[in-house]
Amino acid sequence: MSGPSTFVPQSALGRWFESRLPIGGLVHSSFIAYPTPRNLNYFWTFGAILSFMLVAQIITGIVLAMHYTPHVDHAFQSVEHIMRDVNWGWFMRYSHANGASMFFIAVYIHMFRGLYYGSYKAPREVLWILGVVIFLVMMATAFMGYVLPWGQMSFWGATVITNLFSAIPLVGDAITTWLWGGYSVDNPTLNRFFALHYLMPFMLIGVVILHVWALHVSGQNNPTGVEVKNVQRDTLPFTPFATVKDSFALVMFLIFFSWWIFYVPNYLGHADNYIEANPLVTPAHIVPEWYFLPFYAILRAIPSKLGGVIAMFGSIAILAFLPWLDTSKVRSANYRPVYRVFFIVFVLTCIGLGYLGAMPAEGGYVLASRLLTLYYFGFFLVILPLLGLYETTKPLPATIADSVLPQGGAKLQPAE
Amino acid sequence: MANPSTVEPTRRDMLFIATGAVAAVGAGAVAWPLVSQMNPDASTLALASTEVDISAIPEGGSLTVKWRGKPVFVRHRTKKEIDEALATPLAQLPDPQTDAARVKKPEWLVVVGVCTHLGCVPLGAPGSRGEYDGWFCPCHGSHYDTSGRIRKGPAPTNLAVPTYDFLSDTKLRIG
Repeated sequence: MSGPSTFVPQSALGRWFESRLPIGGLVHSSFIAYPTPRNLNYFWTFGAILSFMLVAQIITGIVLAMHYTPHVDHAFQSVEHIMRDVNWGWFMRYSHANGASMFFIAVYIHMFRGLYYGSYKAPREVLWILGVVIFLVMMATAFMGYVLPWGQMSFWGATVITNLFSAIPLVGDAITTWLWGGYSVDNPTLNRFFALHYLMPFMLIGVVILHVWALHVSGQNNPTGVEVKNVQRDTLPFTPFATVKDSFALVMFLIFFSWWIFYVPNYLGHADNYIEANPLVTPAHIVPEWYFLPFYAILRAIPSKLGGVIAMFGSIAILAFLPWLDTSKVRSANYRPVYRVFFIVFVLTCIGLGYLGAMPAEGGYVLASRLLTLYYFGFFLVILPLLGLYETTKPLPATIADSVLPQGGAKLQPAE
Repeated sequence: MANPSTVEPTRRDMLFIATGAVAAVGAGAVAWPLVSQMNPDASTLALASTEVDISAIPEGGSLTVKWRGKPVFVRHRTKKEIDEALATPLAQLPDPQTDAARVKKPEWLVVVGVCTHLGCVPLGAPGSRGEYDGWFCPCHGSHYDTSGRIRKGPAPTNLAVPTYDFLSDTKLRIG
């Protein structure tokens, strides 16, 4: 969508620099002149919100790393030291811990947006798959970060999740020992998790750059799912239109974020994580952080160790195949009345699995988890492939401009 | 260019393949230490055995000791518990193993206290021993019997039996 930059710096120094490293042109074509569909709604602001959250997590994380000690004898104490002694330490830690939750709230909205408006369809498959990679790296980062305070939930969550690898036939136990660097989750495990937790956000930046690059090659999708046909009529420049809209949405999001930090900073955590890790006592009820609960419910729904692990990883991996599982030519659910119903049920299924993941694995909860797991996979493997073949879709607008400028669009047409 | 299949290999092709092969071996040789450093180190391996005094454990009681960072259950079984373990037909077991194969002395059961499902520590205090009078794992609901064998729930195998020796009637070495 964006051709070679026509950007010319105003100052002589700027022109001298630009002819040697054209970074100004890159920024100008990516974030100023870049054409954005004129009908984007507020669901399209979560990319900017997520970029902000990544930077915020890195900044608060670096600050925390300056005061944290990754050793089993000191980790728990050093986190309390941050909370009580370090200047503004409580603020940094609550921002970082709740920031992870905000990051996931934003990413889930971003993903459901893509799912609703068919943003994964050609030519945006690679863009979507890079998004799935980002999601996976985010999950690994969040999981390792949760281990660092070395509370009971840190320790036992780490034990349960690393034990998932022991389900692999033949080499499972060797892989688990290798991950631990011992015969159980212990000091070597904590140490390497700290190193990797620090590394992975920077890997995320790399994949995010590829994600944005792929986005800027294919251009943004939009609520109609109709491609841009006329850049003059269908799009607006990124600055000021998208910049201001993203900024406003970000401010709203930060108010929401602040509410968690300043009013209920421990609501999303687990009380047991304020008890120091004890390898000899398992808490009565182990639960992961809320953003992993749907996947945890799928793990527990399958009455076999290996089967549960395959289903859990499969539920994420299946997202990467979505562009080919959905056979419909129409992108946006606004024009797919039947898909829209299945989509809403899918969202409710994910929320339901999240609820069940927090409940004990017994009785009716197990049955409900199994039914919802069935729908989760059925949605991707049965409903989406068949629906594209049988669904009667609504007529699409001819252009993006037609969908948002009915009168203006009609007036503009003869002038072309 | 001619059809490649009819062209004779040259000295240059040979050099190209040989260079590539050496580079691949070199990359592998460097990758090995990078992977291996994550395995248990010498100090972890050095902690591989623990000695336990079992004289204070009453019949029906048990002791939990830490071995390689994990709990090991040493249970002094009652006559009733031993009989239960012996009477169980192998056909009822998901992971068939006789009781005799799991103990050195029938009154002492020594098992690693890590659920074979996802690594939680099963509960073994009287009243929370599960449906088979052995252990119950609260995480995902696995029940073990008085021989530490899996009877019900998602765990695939019996509680592991560590290598151990009776140094005397009251002293046990695990590992």
